[in-house]
Amino acid sequence: MTDAILSLGDLQVHFAVRGPFRRRIGSIKAVDGVSFDLMPGEVFGLVGESGCGKSTLGKAIMGIHPPNAGEIRFEGQRIDRLAPAARRAVRRSLQYAYQDPAASLDPRWKIGRSLHEPLVIHTDLDAAQRDARIRSILEAVGLPDTHLDLYPHEISGGQQRRVGLARILTLHPKVVILDEPTSGLDVSVQATVLSLFRGLRETFDLTYILISHDLAVIRMMCSRVAVMYLGRIVEIGPTDAIFDRPQHPYTRSLIAAIPKIGGARLSKDFWLQGEPPDPGNLPSGCRFRTRCPKAVDLCAREEPALSALAPGAVACHFPG
Amino acid sequence: MTALLAVEDLSLGFATEAGFASVLDQVSLSIERGRVLGLVGESGCGKTTLARAILGVLPADSARVTGGRVWFRGTDLLTANPAVVNQTVRGRAITFVPQDPFSSFNPVFTVGEQIMEILKWKSPRAASPTKHGWLPGVVSPYPSERKRADLDAVMELLDAVQLPRPDQLLRKYPHELSGGQRQRLMIAMALLPGPDLVIADEPTTALDVTIQAQILGLIRRLATERNVAVLLTTHDLGAAYEICDAVNVMYAGQDVEYAPVDRFFAAPAHPYTTRLLASLPRADGTASGIPGEVPGLTTPPGGCRFHPRCERADGPCREARPPVDQLGAGHWVRCYHPQRVTT
Repeated sequence: MTDAILSLGDLQVHFAVRGPFRRRIGSIKAVDGVSFDLMPGEVFGLVGESGCGKSTLGKAIMGIHPPNAGEIRFEGQRIDRLAPAARRAVRRSLQYAYQDPAASLDPRWKIGRSLHEPLVIHTDLDAAQRDARIRSILEAVGLPDTHLDLYPHEISGGQQRRVGLARILTLHPKVVILDEPTSGLDVSVQATVLSLFRGLRETFDLTYILISHDLAVIRMMCSRVAVMYLGRIVEIGPTDAIFDRPQHPYTRSLIAAIPKIGGARLSKDFWLQGEPPDPGNLPSGCRFRTRCPKAVDLCAREEPALSALAPGAVACHFPG
Repeated sequence: MTALLAVEDLSLGFATEAGFASVLDQVSLSIERGRVLGLVGESGCGKTTLARAILGVLPADSARVTGGRVWFRGTDLLTANPAVVNQTVRGRAITFVPQDPFSSFNPVFTVGEQIMEILKWKSPRAASPTKHGWLPGVVSPYPSERKRADLDAVMELLDAVQLPRPDQLLRKYPHELSGGQRQRLMIAMALLPGPDLVIADEPTTALDVTIQAQILGLIRRLATERNVAVLLTTHDLGAAYEICDAVNVMYAGQDVEYAPVDRFFAAPAHPYTTRLLASLPRADGTASGIPGEVPGLTTPPGGCRFHPRCERADGPCREARPPVDQLGAGHWVRCYHPQRVTT
C-alpha cells in the first residue's frame, strides 16, 4: 500500500462564541475529530449540508484556520504547526480553489496580472519565463491567450472558474482542494468544467479533495466519499458503496433527496424532517439523533464512533 | 377550459449602453389553476424577466415591451389601468416567492410585523380594493376586527407550511431563522392574500438538498390543495421533474419547447433540450456539455437563437424563427428539425 499524501488525525477546529467584553461564552465545533488518509491520485469527496464544516475542514488543511487539536501530515511531515516561512513552501504544493471565482480575482487587475502573481510570490522565474508558463497553462484549461488582457467582469462564470484553476496550476501543486467547484454554474457549463477537472488531473498528476453539497457531481467525480454532519464524518467509503448501499441514516436521506429523473417522485414521501440543530448547542450522544427515525435511548447517551464496516466505515449504533 | 394566465408572443427588451437588448422574443405560455408549470432554462435565458413582466415589476425607465399580451383572467395586464392592476392583481391575485430568502426580509423588523404589513394592504378580507386615504401609509388605520381575522389566517397558514410554534416565530427577527424556515415563511406570505397564481423564482436554489426536497413537496401539496397555479422558474431539471405538471424550456429569450413532464424527460424534441438533459451528471461519469456560449442579447443570432451551437442547423434556421410544431397532445416544439419519437 502506498503512503498517504495527506493525512488528518483527529483534527478539531473550534470557533469561540464571545459575549460582552470578549468573554468566551461557548464554542462552535465546526470540525470535531476528523481523521482520514488521502492517497496520491485520488479524487476524494466531502459532502454534507451547509454548516456541516466541510469548507472549514478544507481551510484548516490549508492553514487558514488553525486547528485546536489533532494533526495534519503532508507527505509524512506535520504541517499544522509550521513556521510561516516553512509553511509557504508547503502551500505551493497544496492549493485551494475558492467557491466564488469572481470574488477571488481582483476586479481592477487584468487576468494576466492575476496569473503572474502566484509565480512572483512562489518562484524566482523572470517575466518571460512566467509568461511562457502562464500561456501553456491557459491553453491547458482551454482559454485563448487573448483573455490575458481582459478584466474579470468581461468573462463568463465558467471562464472565471478556469482562470481560478489556471492560477493554481501554474505552481504545479500536488493536492488541490476544490470548494464547491460548480456552484453557480449552469448544467451545460458544469459538465464541461467537470470534464476539464478530470483531464487536468491526468495531465498534471493531481490529487483532488472535492467539497460539494451536490451529490450528483460527487458521484460522477469521486472514487471515495466522506459524508459529514455537524463537524464529524458519519460515513466514509468507496463512492459506489456509499451510493448503492448507504449505511448511515443520514447518508440514506441525503441520497434519497436527490431528484431522480425517470424515477419515483420523492417529494411525496420524503421522510427526513427538520433541519440540522444549532452547531453551538449540539445534542447529546449522536448528533443526528434529533432527526433520525431509528433513534433510541442509546443514541442520546453515547456518541457512536466511526467504526469499520466493509468496505468503508460508519458512525452509527444501528447501521444498515 | 380557458387558461388562468396566457402570455401571447411577448417581446420585450432593455435599453443598455451597448444598445437595445432583446431579452424576450415572442414568448408564449399558458397555465391553469392547480397546475405547476416549470419554466426551465439556463441563467440569462430570460425566465426571471418573464416572471417579472407578468408581475409588472420591470424597471419602467429601461424596459420596453415591443409586442404581445399578458392575459390574466380575461384582462390584458399590459394595457390595463396600472392603478387597478396594482390594487387587484399584483400582490393579491398574483404573488411572488423570491429566489433568495436571505435578502428578502427587512432585517430590522420582526417577521410578524412584516407579515401583518402585507395583510394590512393585501388581505383577502379587506373591503373592496384598498382605497388609500389621505393619511400616509404608516398611520392609516388597520381595523382591529380584521387584524384578528388576519392573524388567525396567518397562524393557520404557518401551520400548513409546517413551521413549528408560529406564535413564537412571529416575534423573531429574520436572522434568527434558518434558510429553510425563511423560505417556508416566504411561501406562506405568498399564499396569504389568497392568490390565483404564485410565481416562484428559483425557490430552492439557496437551500440544501434535504431542505429542497421538503420545500418542493410543500409547494406541490399547497398548489393542489388550494387550487393555485404555480409558475416555477428553475435551472434545476431535477426540481422540475419532481413537482411540475408541464415544462416550458427557454433559450436566450425564446421559448423552444413545451411538454407534459413525462414526455419532456422521455422524448425531448428540441436539440437544446436534448443537450441540456445530457449535461446532467450521471453515475457512470458521463456528462456532455453544450459547446459554445449563450449569445449576447444586444446582437442575438437571427432566426432560431440556438443555431450557432446546434448540430442540426441549416439555412432556414438562420433565416427565420421556426413556427410552432405540434408533436402530440400538449407537446410542441419550435424547431425545423425536431427529434420525432414514434410512440
